[in-house]
Amino acid sequence: MLIGLYNYWVVVVLMMIGFYIVIANGNLIKKIVGLSIFQTSVFIFYISMAKVDGGTAPILAEGIKQYSNPLPHVLILTAIVVGIATTAVGLALAVRIKEAYGSIEEEEIQAKDNLDC
Amino acid sequence: MTSVFLLAFLVVIAVAIVRMRDLLAVSMLLGIYGLLSASFFVTMDAVDVAFTEASVGAGISTLLMLAAITLTGRSEHPTRHKPVLALFVVLITGCLLIYGTLDMPYFGSADAPIHLHVAPHYINNSMQEIGIPNIVTSVLASYRGFDTFGEVVVIFTAGMGVLALLSVVRRAENITKIDSINDSMHAEYLILRIVVKALIPFILLYALYVQFHGDFGPGGGFQAGVIFAAAIILYAMLFGMSTARRVINQSVIQFFAAIGVLLYGSVGVVALINGKSFLDYSALSADPVAGQHLGILLVELGVGLTVASVMVIIFFNFEGRRDVLQSQENNHKGDN
Repeated sequence: MLIGLYNYWVVVVLMMIGFYIVIANGNLIKKIVGLSIFQTSVFIFYISMAKVDGGTAPILAEGIKQYSNPLPHVLILTAIVVGIATTAVGLALAVRIKEAYGSIEEEEIQAKDNLDC
Repeated sequence: MTSVFLLAFLVVIAVAIVRMRDLLAVSMLLGIYGLLSASFFVTMDAVDVAFTEASVGAGISTLLMLAAITLTGRSEHPTRHKPVLALFVVLITGCLLIYGTLDMPYFGSADAPIHLHVAPHYINNSMQEIGIPNIVTSVLASYRGFDTFGEVVVIFTAGMGVLALLSVVRRAENITKIDSINDSMHAEYLILRIVVKALIPFILLYALYVQFHGDFGPGGGFQAGVIFAAAIILYAMLFGMSTARRVINQSVIQFFAAIGVLLYGSVGVVALINGKSFLDYSALSADPVAGQHLGILLVELGVGLTVASVMVIIFFNFEGRRDVLQSQENNHKGDN
């Protein structure tokens, strides 16, 4: 059981580390880093499920009987590029927040908002 | 066996990221994290995914992180509230997820439900139906072409989002000023500049190889687009933004980003006009397999164009923002 589920447990640990960074850190850039760790753990989850024992990369060739599952590969390949594009939007938002508030720390932004009210 | 150690390293690096307060170190660690996960994907037979993760996770994403940090500041303030509650939530969620994995089929088992439904069709029939060896490319561009179209639109939208958030109106730059900057920078990093200048054509050529060889080996529009953009970004980093802006016209790049999406969509519309379903490439030619080849070539070209342009747009806008802020600061100093 330990070997059979090891990959999935590591995925859970990585996911929770990313989740922890997102909820426990006040710095917006650090939060985005947490999100990308979380995101990568999901990629690892999908790719681990696609692996078949004794399988090989899903590129058709003579004399190969067992291929790994190509479908999760496709889903994750596009997800990686979409992930970096959305991360860039997040970073751009952080940059604009820095310009407007002079800080990217959650507490300082909140304090400034409270003053304005 | 290698994968077991790679996963353990990933956990170590993730923990280091939690503890690190210097954001520069965090972004470097994130680059290592990306490279390690790319190596893990190779051991899992996902060569196309590894390719993408190596160029995106270890390359472009680290760069963007650095560009953002130069604008927002490098160090993170220690949080005043206690992290116990967060730790408690995380532990409970983690335990529930681990409990959920207990029902999962074991790693690598060939009779897991995921391998029984559509995957055998792709593996057994893609050679007759699509006629290219790389199954990942067949599924990406043909079987699930509609899905990929959606992803390309998302990437395009994200590029437009960054443009809306960060773009600044700039005055026409004085060319003599740029030349003087170039002269003053000429002595610095001489070796780096000469080596990179010789390297850039090969990077661009490699991107084109990845683009057009994607049918037969790992590769395709997504990877090629990122590699192509990396070459341009490398040039911009070493020769300065003002020089790069003269070489790469921003409005042309924005135009290309839109053309990529348009190309993808119009291939689908041509299939519709010829009486088949949207993005059914067998309508493109009398011979269905030849039609598939043509369709995949065009669609991948659209993907590559959009991805490369959007990556360049994102980087140039981050850097352009910094130039403007710096010149504003200098003006303020001048006023005082």
